[in-house]
Amino acid sequence: MIAVSNLQVHFGARAVVRGVSFHVPHGTSFGLVGESGSGKSTILRALSGLNRDWSGRMAIDGLELARRRPKSFFRDIQMVFQDPYGSLHPSQTIDRALSEPLLVHGLDAVEARVRRALEEVALPPSVRFRFPHQLSGGQRQRVAIARALMPEPKVLLLDEPTSALDVSVQAEVLNLLRNLQETRALTYVMVSHNLAVIAHLCATIGVMQEGRLVETLSADDLRAGRTRHQHTTALRALSLELEDPSEAGRPA
Amino acid sequence: MLARVENLRVRFPTPQGWVAAVRGISFTLGREKLGIVGESGSGKSLTARALMRLLPRHAEITANRLEFDGIDLRDTSERAMRAIRGKRVGLILQDPKYALNPVMTAGAQIAEAWAAHAGGGRRAALRVALDLLAQVRIRDPRHVAGLYPHELSGGMGQRVMIAMMLAPDPELLIADEPTSALDATVAAEILRLIEDLVSRRGMALMLISHDLPLVSHVCDRVLVMYAGRVVEEVAAADLTRAQHPYTRGLLGCLPSLAKPKPMLATLARDPAWGEP
Repeated sequence: MIAVSNLQVHFGARAVVRGVSFHVPHGTSFGLVGESGSGKSTILRALSGLNRDWSGRMAIDGLELARRRPKSFFRDIQMVFQDPYGSLHPSQTIDRALSEPLLVHGLDAVEARVRRALEEVALPPSVRFRFPHQLSGGQRQRVAIARALMPEPKVLLLDEPTSALDVSVQAEVLNLLRNLQETRALTYVMVSHNLAVIAHLCATIGVMQEGRLVETLSADDLRAGRTRHQHTTALRALSLELEDPSEAGRPA
Repeated sequence: MLARVENLRVRFPTPQGWVAAVRGISFTLGREKLGIVGESGSGKSLTARALMRLLPRHAEITANRLEFDGIDLRDTSERAMRAIRGKRVGLILQDPKYALNPVMTAGAQIAEAWAAHAGGGRRAALRVALDLLAQVRIRDPRHVAGLYPHELSGGMGQRVMIAMMLAPDPELLIADEPTSALDATVAAEILRLIEDLVSRRGMALMLISHDLPLVSHVCDRVLVMYAGRVVEEVAAADLTRAQHPYTRGLLGCLPSLAKPKPMLATLARDPAWGEP
């Protein structure tokens, strides 16, 4: 579904992504982990077309991606950002936020689609005529996901979709993403610095360090500790240490 | 006892009437590491800020007792509060990008924090600033002292923030989500640093976070807050044996690297948790 080979992105003289290649089959999830500045979000932005300054090859659904992309591309690929506060227009109702992608892509049955979308992300119908500031963070992220689903995309790019949320809300959003993937056969590329979150949703995981994809491994291998690169090993050890409350009392 | 809080309540006026954000919280704090955990809106930050009287003017604070080191904070003058804020109680906020002054160098900000409370000269203040930057384990203090906040990475900015709070040598350090804006590796380093400095200087620490396992790594004791109340108090070492369904729910809904779950448990909120 998604094939990236030797992707390079420069910001001025600085190489941010240095020759990254990966492949995501249809209907699966690929996770990118790494520290801030490792280039993981930059890869998503290049894929989505938000950053046009890249070299290498990227193809989605057999379509070779160029600098300029056809309108159908922006229907097939949608992105969900980290901060639901920043990604919704503050003075537009949820109804408007959800119906706009439909108008842009010339889709019909706006009324029915908006209602179905809210239902799909488990929001009450009353949310429709509210403004973003009247919703909680978790509800707002649901709206952002609903909006991304409006044009019936094939691929969702998820940039830290739960790191601005409380852990209880994070669980709800992760469950929602998993259900949506099953019912709609979506392909996900998800970026996060939380290994447990990535391993929960993605069967295959790429580990980034300083612009390079240093290791690609399955979630099972990661859980079992079958890591090859030392950066992966270190990230895994830290994640295990932090998630285990029974370690309390010993020095962190 | 460094701080004593009894039946603390904070409420805000809204067009629809009063909204109670903190609803009767009591705790004491000695020279220990206390964690406060809860979701957004549970009142954990307001509780900490009430101790520094850093709440918005329209907030109404009532308490049977609100003391810091024997000083009744309920009717202390602003002037007396200024001798407590910073000097005796330091506050570290979540995001150094917003908490630091963007038009002052890191060194100048730390020096100012020291000079304001210790009243030394410029030269002495700068020397202290460099020493503090070294204490928060910045490798090249002289270089970093000359940088502006936008030139610092998240972890570096948080170190500068900690150095600034340590400058007046406070007795209590309140850290409000100090690592939520940082990624896991840097967050672990910063927490280790805070823990180490707190132990070495014999300070008390109040660590506020929504991350229960993380807090339990650093603190001795954890207060779990829900809807403006403390629903459970546990020793950090006994966290896995926590009783309250909310605490158990918070632990259960975390995805785990060690134990994969096909679906995450979600919190079924019981209205009774919000009752006294």
